[in-house]
This record gives sequence, C-alpha cells and structure tokens, in this order.
Amino acid sequence: MTVSTEVRNRTAGGIGESPVRPDGTFKVTGQFAYSSDLWMDGMLWGATLRSPHPRARITSIDVGPALKLAGVSAVLTHDDVPGEKVYGLEIADQPVLAFDEVRYQGEPVVIVAADHPETARRAAALVVVDYEVVEPVTDPREAVGHPDWKPVHDEPGERTAMSRDRAPVHPHGNIVRHQRIRFGDPDAVTADVVVQGDYEVGMQDQAFLGPESGLAVPADDGGVDLYVATQWLHVDRRQMSGALALPEEKIRLTLAGVGGAFGAREDLSMQVHACMLALRTGRPVKMVYSREESFFGHVHRHPALMRYEHGADRDGRLVYVRAHILLDGGAYTSSTPAVVGNASTLGVGPYDVPNVGMDCWGVYTNNPPCGAMRGFGAVQAAFGYESQMDKLAAAVGLSPVEIRTLNAVSEGSILPTGQRIDSPAPVAELMHRLDAMPLPGSVDQDIRLLPGGVSNTTHGEGVRRGVGYAVGIKNVGFSEGFDDYSTARVRIELVGDEPSVLVHTAAVEVGQGLVTVQAQIARSELGVERVTVAAADTQVGSGGSTSASRQTYVTGGAVRAGCAAVRSSLFERAAARYGPGEFRLVAGKVESLVDGVVGDIASLLLDGPVEHTVQWRHRPTQPLDEATGRGNAHVQWAFCAHRAVVDVDVELGLIRVVELACVQDVGKAMNPDAVLGQIHGGSAQGLGLAVMEEVQVVDGKLRNPSFTDYLMPTIMDMPPMRVEVLELADPHSPYGLRGVGEPPTISSTPAIVAAVRAASGVDLKRVPIRPEHLVAAALCH
Amino acid sequence: MEFFRPTSLAEACQLKSEHPDAVPLCGGTDVMVDINFDRRRPDALLDLTGVRELYEWSRYDSHVRVGAAVPYTTIIKELSADAPGLAIASRTVGSPQIRNRGSVGGNLGSASPAGDALPPLLAVDAVVETVSATNRRRIPIHEFFLGPKRNALQPDELIAAVHAPVAGGPQQFAKVGTRNAMVIAVCSFSLALHPDTGRVGTGIGSAAPTPLAATQAEDFLSAELADRWTGPAELPDDVVRRFGELVAGAASPIDDVRGTADYRRHALAILARRTLTWTWAEHIRRAQ
Amino acid sequence: MQLHVNGRLHELALDNRTTLLDALREHLGLTGSKKGCDHGQCGACTVLVDGRRINSCLALAVTLDGVEIRTIEGLSDDGALHPVQQAFLDRDGFQCGYCTPGQICSAVGMLDEFDQGWPSAVTTGGQPAALDAGEVRERMSGNLCRCGAYMNIVPAILDVADAAAGRSSA
Repeated sequence: MTVSTEVRNRTAGGIGESPVRPDGTFKVTGQFAYSSDLWMDGMLWGATLRSPHPRARITSIDVGPALKLAGVSAVLTHDDVPGEKVYGLEIADQPVLAFDEVRYQGEPVVIVAADHPETARRAAALVVVDYEVVEPVTDPREAVGHPDWKPVHDEPGERTAMSRDRAPVHPHGNIVRHQRIRFGDPDAVTADVVVQGDYEVGMQDQAFLGPESGLAVPADDGGVDLYVATQWLHVDRRQMSGALALPEEKIRLTLAGVGGAFGAREDLSMQVHACMLALRTGRPVKMVYSREESFFGHVHRHPALMRYEHGADRDGRLVYVRAHILLDGGAYTSSTPAVVGNASTLGVGPYDVPNVGMDCWGVYTNNPPCGAMRGFGAVQAAFGYESQMDKLAAAVGLSPVEIRTLNAVSEGSILPTGQRIDSPAPVAELMHRLDAMPLPGSVDQDIRLLPGGVSNTTHGEGVRRGVGYAVGIKNVGFSEGFDDYSTARVRIELVGDEPSVLVHTAAVEVGQGLVTVQAQIARSELGVERVTVAAADTQVGSGGSTSASRQTYVTGGAVRAGCAAVRSSLFERAAARYGPGEFRLVAGKVESLVDGVVGDIASLLLDGPVEHTVQWRHRPTQPLDEATGRGNAHVQWAFCAHRAVVDVDVELGLIRVVELACVQDVGKAMNPDAVLGQIHGGSAQGLGLAVMEEVQVVDGKLRNPSFTDYLMPTIMDMPPMRVEVLELADPHSPYGLRGVGEPPTISSTPAIVAAVRAASGVDLKRVPIRPEHLVAAALCH
Repeated sequence: MEFFRPTSLAEACQLKSEHPDAVPLCGGTDVMVDINFDRRRPDALLDLTGVRELYEWSRYDSHVRVGAAVPYTTIIKELSADAPGLAIASRTVGSPQIRNRGSVGGNLGSASPAGDALPPLLAVDAVVETVSATNRRRIPIHEFFLGPKRNALQPDELIAAVHAPVAGGPQQFAKVGTRNAMVIAVCSFSLALHPDTGRVGTGIGSAAPTPLAATQAEDFLSAELADRWTGPAELPDDVVRRFGELVAGAASPIDDVRGTADYRRHALAILARRTLTWTWAEHIRRAQ
Repeated sequence: MQLHVNGRLHELALDNRTTLLDALREHLGLTGSKKGCDHGQCGACTVLVDGRRINSCLALAVTLDGVEIRTIEGLSDDGALHPVQQAFLDRDGFQCGYCTPGQICSAVGMLDEFDQGWPSAVTTGGQPAALDAGEVRERMSGNLCRCGAYMNIVPAILDVADAAAGRSSA
C-alpha cells in the first residue's frame, strides 16, 4: 500500500485509516439482522408461483383450490395489481405478475400469503394455470436479423422516469439497444497485422449468499412499510409506487441487512409482491426466496457473443479495432441499455486506438432476464479485447506486457467516444508493476495445491504452469447523461457533553464498508470521533444505487458536502464566540489557524445542534450519439490489472489458480482494508467466471439452479494474492478517490484465461472454461 | 409425517418391518436435500442416530466391518491403513461438515452413481450386510446396485454395515470435479491391487446409471500382472494404456450439467492410467 | 421435544419435518445461523453439535434431542467475544457478513478437530503438521464466502491458533 503523503487530519478513525466496521460486532455475533431474519407478531408468509415454461400464453388461472387450503389468506394474480401492471428500471416492460403471456421460465404468475411458509408454498402449487406453450426464442442471434425472427414483445415498454441513460431504445422487435461507435475511419483503414477472434461469455450469477427477502407491514395511513435488502431504496420505491398505485410518501422503505448484492438486487424481486399481500390482508407479510427460487428471482450477467478484429502495424501499435458484441438481455429490459452503453464505450479496453468500428446490441430472448452484475458490460468486453491483445502480441512477437504498455491509454488520451481522459490513467505503470512482482515457486507437490485438489486427480502428471496478464477499464458512476446524485443529512449535537455526529443517507451498505467510510469522512471533516451512521431509509433523499462502484464517490461526496455545510455553521458560531478568523476542527478541538486551539467543539454546540441536508452530484455527463457513439458519457475511469499464475492438468483439463497478482489505482485509499477487500472479492468473482461459474440455460430452461451445480470458488480455489494499490488522485473527485469495487472483477477473468492458454496451448474462446474445452482435441479422436 | 427414533438395531428392524415405507435417516446429508427441496415427502422417517451399533467399526479375520452410520470423518481418521481407497474417497465427500455426519450407509442407501464411497467398495469386493426383523443378509457389492438410485434392499431391510477385506495391497481413488473442494463427481475411479489373490479390483462412479466395476479391465490387468507381482518392475506403457481404454469402455456415461459423455470416457481412461501408475509404484516400493 | 442450545434447555413442539436450522431461526429466535442454499452446499448454517460442526439445514431438530447445540449466539461469553469472533473482526474477515456466523462456528469446530489430531489430506501418519494456511484452507472448504473474504479469513484463524499455541503472528 502506497502511503498518502498528505496527512489531512489527526482525528482518529478518519479517512485513510481502517477502523473496525461499525456493524462488525453485530456481524460476528450473529446479531446483525438480515432481511431474512425479520419477524413480526401475526405475520404471514408469502410464496410465488412461477412459470415452468420459457414462453407460453396463459389461457386461464384458477386460484380456487389454493384459496380453499386452511391457513391461506390471499391468492393474487395480475388482476389484483392495484396500479401499473409492469415495472422496470429503464423500461417498464416487466409484469408484476404475468398476464396474457409468460416470457421466461420462473416468471412470477401468482402470489400467496398464508400463516406458514410451507402452507404458502403448497397453496401456490394448488393454483391451476393453463398454458399454451409457444416455442421460445433462445438464440440471441435470432434477434438481429435471423429469418425466423420472432418478437418476444408485441408492444414496446414505456420509458421510465429513471432511465439511467438517454440513449434511444429501439421500440420494435427484439433489439433493446443497438449502440454504434465510429471513431476515425474504421471501414477504410487497413493494417499490416490483423488478428481476429470469436469469443463467448456464459451467464454468470451474482449468487449472493442471502437470498431475496423482506417484510412488508401495512400502515394506518393506507400505505406500507417495507424492510428489505436492496441496492437502491428510492428506485425500488418509485417502481413500487406505480405498481401499488400509492404516492411515494405512503411507501416507506428501510434497509434490512443485505447478504451480498453484486448487482442482483438492483431490480425488484419480492418488493411489490409482499406489499400487495400485506395491503390485501392487512397483516405483515414476509417473503424469503429459497436458493432455487433465487436463481429465478433475479437477473444474471448478460451472456455475450463477440467478434473482434484488431489491426496493428508491424511494431504492434494498434491501427484499428472492429467489433460486434451481442448481449443476451433475456425476456425483459432491466438495465440492458446501460450494459450496452458500457460494453460499447469500453469495448476496446484501455488502449489508444485511432480507428474504431463497434456495434453492440442488447437483445430480448426468452432466456432469463439479465441485468446488473459487478463489472456491468465491461467484464464481457474485456474477455474479448484482452484475448485479442494476447493474440496480437503473439503475431508481432511482443510479450503480453509489452503489447499492453505500447498501446496503453494515459492521461490526455482520447477514447473512441471522443472523450478525453482528464485524470491519471496509469495503465502502463500497472503493467510494469505487475511485471516486476516476483513469481511464485514452481509446481507444488502438496496435492491440495495441484489441479483437482483433494480429489486426487494428479500427483503432478500432465501439470503445466502458465502465466497470463490482463488489464481492464471501468466507468465509475452512472453515465450517459444520467442525473446521478446522493443525499446526506449530517447533524452534530451534544450527547452527554460530548460532540456527536449523526450521518443519515439512503445509500445501501452491502458489505463493501460504506457505513465505515461515511463515518470516516465525518470524523475527518468535523474533527469528531463519535460518529453514528443512521439506518438507511427513505426518510432522507435518494442515495442513488449501490452499484457502478459509485457510493464512496457520490455518497461520500454528499457526506463531505453535508459536513462542509455543518462546519460552516460551526465556524459562524466560532467566529461569534472567539472573534473572526479562520478555523478548523480537529480531534474535538476548534483551532484557529493563527492562535492554535481556541476551544472545544462541544462548546460550539451549547447553542443547540447543527443539521444540514445536502444533495451532491458528480459532474454531468452526456448521452452518446446513436450513430457514432460520440459523447462525454463517463464521469471517471478506473483501471486494474492482474497477473495470473495457473497450473493446468492438460490431460484432464482441470485448473488450479496458483496466484493472482493485482495492481489497481484507487486515487485515494479511503479505507485501505476495505480497498483490499474489494480487490480480493472482485478478483474471486472474476476467477469464478474464468473457470467454473455458469448458469446453464438450455431451450430457455435453467439446468443448474442450486449450489450443487452452480459452482463458485471455495477457499481452496482462491489463491493467495499480491496486491499493490496506487493512489493517483483524480482532480475531479472527492479526495481524489476512484471507485474500487468493479475493476478487479474485470481483469482477473482474462488474466486467468491467458494463463491457461499459456499453460495448455489451447486457443480458448469461451468462459467459463470447462474441462472438455481444454481437452477438446483429445475428444475428437 | 411419522417419526421413529429407535435406540437399538432390533427396535429399528421391528419398526422398519411395520413401516416399510419409512425412510432411514442418519446424517441426513442425502435424505434432507430431497426433503428440503420438496422432492420427497416421506410418510415416515426412521431416525437411526440413536442406534449405537451402526456407529461402530471393527476388525476381524483380516476384514473390517464398518457400521452403516460410521461418519466419513471416522473412516478417514481410523481406516486409512485398512481401507485406503475408501479413506481417500471419504476425504472428497462434500465438505468437512458433511463428512462429520455422512456415512457409507447413506451412499449405499441412496445408490447414486455419484456416491464417492461406492467405487472403492466395488474395487475391494465389499459385502453389504443388511438386517431385518427376521433376517440378516450379506449382499456382494457387485449385486447391490440394480439401477439408477435403486438397490437390492428389501422394504423391511436396513443396511447394517459394509465389510471389506483389510487392504493387502495399494489402493487409490481419484475424482474429477470442476472445483478444488466440495464438488460432486463428474466421474471417479477407484483401483485396488490384491497381490495376495493376484487380482485387481475397479470401481467407476458417475459414468453409468449405477456405480460399476470395469470387469474386462480387471481381467486384462490381472492377467498382465500375473507374472509381475513378485520382483515387480515398472509396467509397460501399452499395458497401462490398454487398461485405461478398457476402463473407459466399461462406462456408459451421458451428457449432463456436470460434463459430457465423451469427456467422462476420456477422463476415466486417464484416471485409470494414473491410479494404476500410483498403485503399482507403491507395490514396487513395498516389494523392495 | 427438548433442545439444549447454548447452555439452555428449550421445550418445543415442532413438526417432525423441521430442520435444526428452522427450529433455531423460527422457533427460538436464534437467527444468527443463516440459510444460504437449503442443502449443505454453502456452510452458512454451520453450528456445533456436541462440539462438532454440522450443517444445521441437513439435520432434523427431532433427531437432536439430548445433544448440546452451540450456535454463533452462544460463542461469546458474557459479552466478551470468542477469540475467533475477535479475530474475524480484527482481520476484517468478512464483508456482507452473511456467511460469517457459519464461518466462525466452522472455525471453532475445526480448531478443535485439529487439536484432536484429525488428519488432513496431507497428514501422513500420526499428528497433523502445524496449522498453516494450506491446512486452514482445506479444513474450511465447506464454507463459501461470496464476498471473497477468504484472504482475511485464513489469517484470522491462524491468529487464533497461534495465540492458543503461544506463538505470535505478524
């Protein structure tokens, strides 16, 4: 960890330190209340009946048998939706409960409330739904010009007020969004060296450990209170307001403990359902998804089909990139438009490319809906462009590090959107630092460290070592003209003679440490150690989404601005008390810049508390031009690079990741421990995508909705990591910080695949790598 | 659902004869999955955790008798010399938590082709001891598996124990999974050398409707080894290779969510070659 | 039936089908043990039964009459954190924390198993070697952490083992 040279403050527990998480003790003692832990006297349990078919017309629904079951209080269908029958983040096209047609396997059709979860499930199973099965559209290629083109939606969905981009969305047909990037003269240009490749990314699941859950409580005013694990309270409320036909102020959300998110909680799951049941029955209703239901209950990462062509001069300098990226958005829009925006604008990676021709489509199919997952469009593209960079390196005789440093963007580079990178972009330095790190020792003889591990498949036979590199780029915050802001209420008052600060935002803690960082900022800004972060709820303005690596930036910015407002008020009091002057607040004291300590902060609070609520925005962005992709669409970029060392059993096709090394620029490490945690965790999820994680979908049906067959890394799969963190301040962001959470997810996957290619000599085109891909040549015999 | 909790084997057998549909339950690591997923709604459960006899293991006449409920953890700790193949396989079962509760009786009762303990039992010609209120039977393991998740138990019978000869030679087990821990087998293979009888035993997992032995491969290798047991030297490559081919040929795998049929055959040939190489090297070491 | 949980005896009337996990969570209000996968593949529900770690989602409560059950809520002693809890806090061995009660119970059970000489995959006869990172990884492989805090869980557990052995770790 590079140490920041500027010591901003001396108040203990401030920014740059790693204080213990305020929720840590509750989490290690089991007292932290997750959404699934909530309980209320007299509450009912909700259950959901889902479509078994990827596509079918609903001819009738008979809820009679379910209603007759003892203990059942309500059985509701689309007829019972009080307001808008469809909702969605950007386009309102997803039915609260299916009507006329189901478009994916697992689509909710009927909801039930009963006095016991088992009763609710049994009642749901008693509902008779008659379906007329229709052949599903399951190949995303069909959506872009296949002769057997079949529309998934008859009518276009309505654009919502919270559409995060202003990009045009094709209303007809199966194309959700088609974004073109035309930079330079991509059609006419030629190059000495040309490499091409087709690449495919399978469907990854966020697989948070705490399934969807929440508790809805009907209120006396005809409204409803919802305690829920989510990523964005206010956008949930906005969608709920439409569906429940209630004004927003009658829907009060409080964040319950969140057992991981990673994008999967950005869309609604049980929120409207639980509230409908609570409002209908007049009783609290709890809904908790099982793991199997969870696989049907949230969006996944978009599978991608990609075709890349890179042209370069003989020295390896890029001349052009032409690419097609096809993202399968599944049955409903979710955040597909924004994912397309990312995949296209970041689709050539962190490289200077004078000519770019890129077409990126997000399409509807009858596969499971796809939306947000950590890395959000940048993950898929990075697998494509980084595979290409290695191919190009081989073609021109450079090393993976050389080809990347040669073409790396730097501050001042112009991206294919025409946007100039106006803050540090140390891509070459990341690569150099990776290259300088020592390599781990040779193939280990401890069986646990070999491919296959304790399964005892090799004692060294067939094991080859490989090393691979990759670097990625990610936008931080919401792009393309979205009004991206957060709100902070900061209050300082005396509590038992001591100054105490209360920070209240609606920003969601999902484990990344936002509550810790909010308190750290308040300590540093106000010189007060006692800081409490209030539970996130809708009693304060929107904090925006916990996604896009944006919360420390945007809500951190809002908390800083709120503290600044409070500080100004305190300085007015200080001036009144101590005479005019310039002051600062440090470690509970008021310091005059001239006279040193003049008094206690506590004494300024004898006149009562000070409270300010502020809204804070990052600098504005612009939408992309539909035909050319021109536009200053992004707020900030973050860069991260990985080196992977793997051992591959080339005969069995089994992989052991031996070590991951990572260098990331974070601008300012607000909380160094939390930064490392994000790098470890992001790298682990990238590892999962590289070698094991895939929701397998065949003919629109999930084949592995369980943790038996959806495999994610165990502690034995995640190797030791070497991490270096750079702190090159971004002059445009609070404290110079950069978003941290997503970048490590992006580069770890292609680095691992590159290492596996190096070890095996197999030209891998798809992730996750499966053993049969590695031994495909042997299987042909 | 009725629930019975006998405290002796005799009582358990009596209950089973009175309630033949009752599902026996020990560690619960298999049965509970079905119950939690609503795949199975048994009318009655027979909880065997109170039956002490089932948790005992013993050694007699150069055999070990392992009670049906002896947890994998105990097998790993106590039986790695007497039943090394079974012990190695036991290490790969589920997670540490599952190994603390799961037992061979469960694997036999479920008769899943993916039961990790089953290939090594096939490789040593184990015998399943069953018990009912009126009868005690010994069923050779090779006659025990009748079809996918079907075994030779009568409705009134319980699995009491499994008997295996104390290892007279090296044994191995290897399992392919796409994760380095806590993974269900894509396919697995166990090999046991029996220098005392001049035979070898095999067991294949997750590559056919039932666990099965590769009998042709056994016959081939036993013949090839006939003159090699004493004063052993490294095996010729073609013998090792042919053995692998015969093992792969014995399987009848399918394509499923965990892997393809072609890959399973390919992997079995490799596991067979490697386990043969390892066990034979061990045999050479012991002979020196 | 009776359940002994964290040193207290509870009289309960339970459906036979109730898992230990549901009994703890829904009937005793002990929601520290978590439901993550419903079938023993995540470890979030790990509790100690007579000192041994098990997945409480795979055990029927009725089968546990008369045994001593210890959950995450029973590890701290009069408000003082158990050393493993303290180590997870000190090492930041979690993020969202959903897997943490299971990780901690699993670690407590694992340390005891190690002390009792339970072998690992590389133990060759006799007592297992010193508890190092490789041993911790193997022995903790039944507890998934989706946030990827493994890198901090390993040193947290080693801290406890080292402290118990009178060693100090950096």
